[in-house]
Amino acid sequence: MQDPLPPLLRVQDLHKEFSSGGGWLGGAPRVVRAVDRVSFEVRAGETLGVVGESGCGKTTLGRMVLRLLEATSGKVEFDGTDLGGLDAARMRAMRRNMQIIFQDPFGALNPRMTVGELIVEPLVIHGVGTPASRQARLDELLGLVGLAPYHAARFAHEFSGGQRQRICIARALALNPRFIVCDEAASALDVSIQAQILNLLQDLKQSLGLTYLFISHDLGVIRHISDRVMVMYLGQVVEMGSKHQIFDAPSHPYTAALLRASPSRNRGKTRFAAIKGDLPSPANPPPGCRFHTRCPLAQPVCRTTPPPLMPVGASGQSAACHFPGSDRGPLDPGKTVGAMGG
Amino acid sequence: MTQHPPSLASPVAGPAPLLEVADLSVRIGGVPIIDKVSMTLREGEVVGLVGESGSGKSVSSLAIMRLLPKEAEITASRLRLLGEDLLQASERRYEQLRGSAIAMIFQEPMTALNPVLTVGEQIIETVIRHEGVGRRVARARAIDALGRVGIPAAAQRVDDYPHQMSGGMRQRAMIAVALACQPRVLIADEPTTALDVTIQAQILELLQDLQEEYRMGTVMITHDLGVVSSFADRVMIMYSGRVIEEAPAGAVFDAPRHPYTRGLLASIPSSEVDTDRLYAIPGTVPPAFDPPPGCRFEPRCAHAAAGCRLAQPALLACGPDHRAACLRLDEITPAGAP
Repeated sequence: MQDPLPPLLRVQDLHKEFSSGGGWLGGAPRVVRAVDRVSFEVRAGETLGVVGESGCGKTTLGRMVLRLLEATSGKVEFDGTDLGGLDAARMRAMRRNMQIIFQDPFGALNPRMTVGELIVEPLVIHGVGTPASRQARLDELLGLVGLAPYHAARFAHEFSGGQRQRICIARALALNPRFIVCDEAASALDVSIQAQILNLLQDLKQSLGLTYLFISHDLGVIRHISDRVMVMYLGQVVEMGSKHQIFDAPSHPYTAALLRASPSRNRGKTRFAAIKGDLPSPANPPPGCRFHTRCPLAQPVCRTTPPPLMPVGASGQSAACHFPGSDRGPLDPGKTVGAMGG
Repeated sequence: MTQHPPSLASPVAGPAPLLEVADLSVRIGGVPIIDKVSMTLREGEVVGLVGESGSGKSVSSLAIMRLLPKEAEITASRLRLLGEDLLQASERRYEQLRGSAIAMIFQEPMTALNPVLTVGEQIIETVIRHEGVGRRVARARAIDALGRVGIPAAAQRVDDYPHQMSGGMRQRAMIAVALACQPRVLIADEPTTALDVTIQAQILELLQDLQEEYRMGTVMITHDLGVVSSFADRVMIMYSGRVIEEAPAGAVFDAPRHPYTRGLLASIPSSEVDTDRLYAIPGTVPPAFDPPPGCRFEPRCAHAAAGCRLAQPALLACGPDHRAACLRLDEITPAGAP
């Protein structure tokens, strides 16, 4: 657990505001804080899982980390280098180390290029290698992701979703990155195919020494793949900790609510006991603690004062809650019921 | 640890089933999409219909509702709703039944609700059409129906258009439209798949309440085994257009018998326990136009033997109220590898 190395990725007070509305018909534009002063670190060889519902800012965060989207303020350091200070050419060189895999393997691949062209394209763009060495690298990459050499001559549309995601992974690996943002990388796939892709990502992490920022809405996937987990709600980090801290001893009531809401195949027929209320709009978040409108434990202070992210205990877990740890009740959401109405 | 209650629906006891389906097959352009699906649904019972993309779970329900395009050839040896033979029912009769005796809710309320009518108008229309009541009565029913599905200030929201509602509220509104005339059978096709997990839990809680109150028979179509485990009394697993296993929910999760069911369960990461490595079923689902001969799961199955390529295995009893379609059932031990 104690890692003496400096973190590979250090994110400080990263912030993104979008303005929406307004315009010549009048009315002031509304400011949406998609990501609100988020700080975290990822150590080399680690997988940090980022979990949250729609509008929590997890996708915006992943893009800002790679500077695919410019932050409004805040700092991203990769291996000690402040990415904000890099010009376009240097940033491009830096991206050889940092790649991203998206959810939709249909939208991410140019339909006019063969699989071989798609996979070596990053090498061509970055001027790496000769045609002969690129061919060798292509064969190596196809093997790494479980595709056959003859697949290189085909087009992406000839492949199933799972195989397309393998092509995306090969493309992301082409430049030998050290760090990959996986943004819902297995979410669009059927479960039997999802397992193949998750296993592949784990194998590649082992064999290539990769570090992942793994974004997903799926709590099972996050528990399976992550070493540490960050839980986000409406643009803010509400809890951070090791996988076991988050899943077995959540401190923030939102984390606890998420775990209870997640349908389990181990509990048998159960009553759902959902937290009330809609997800507020990120354009108009509640004052104070953003979760207070749905929190079963909310007190007057929660409605007025935003709680900062503070350590809980001494073991690296932190939560943004005025009353951390008070909703650690059993995860079973209710009694096991008999057959309905029976 | 796991406690699944015994299913209410034993094949011998109880009142007549609400819905009886036997040997339902659908072919589109000569390609078999589903093949001899049979199902019995009783009052108060929830049957979970589970499968991955292309397994035929949605087509089965659309065939029952007669909502497939004209090109689809539908055959069955039995299709009865509340005792009435649907195979003989005219299009006009079907229109009467849909929305009154049998209703359906979908994954995406924006495609099921009419965007140019208020939510209330869609319920009013249904109630007037099926029950012949006056407009004022129908409007009161609409407000009541919206209140029952947990829409706050229903007397005001009744005049909202679907786009004025959040995703969770729209799903509630669609449920209100479907249940306005208190159907006996509800088909819910991935009703929570597009929702965030806390909103999904709210909708499932609501469906449980309504199910208990109205004692409908519900077919819950989903790819999510967690949803099924929490919700269903019986589970049917479909693969490549066929039912390959069916059993009380507890048996499917605690003692699955078909290699596909076992592989599926082992391939899903859990949020409750650690898994070092997921079991990954090799390969992909075969295309409907080119199915393998014999057992359709054979090319991906760790237990496949020569006989599996020769003939389609029939669903055979392998436990109390438990059937699976696998030639090698006796050789696959419950505790063994998937």
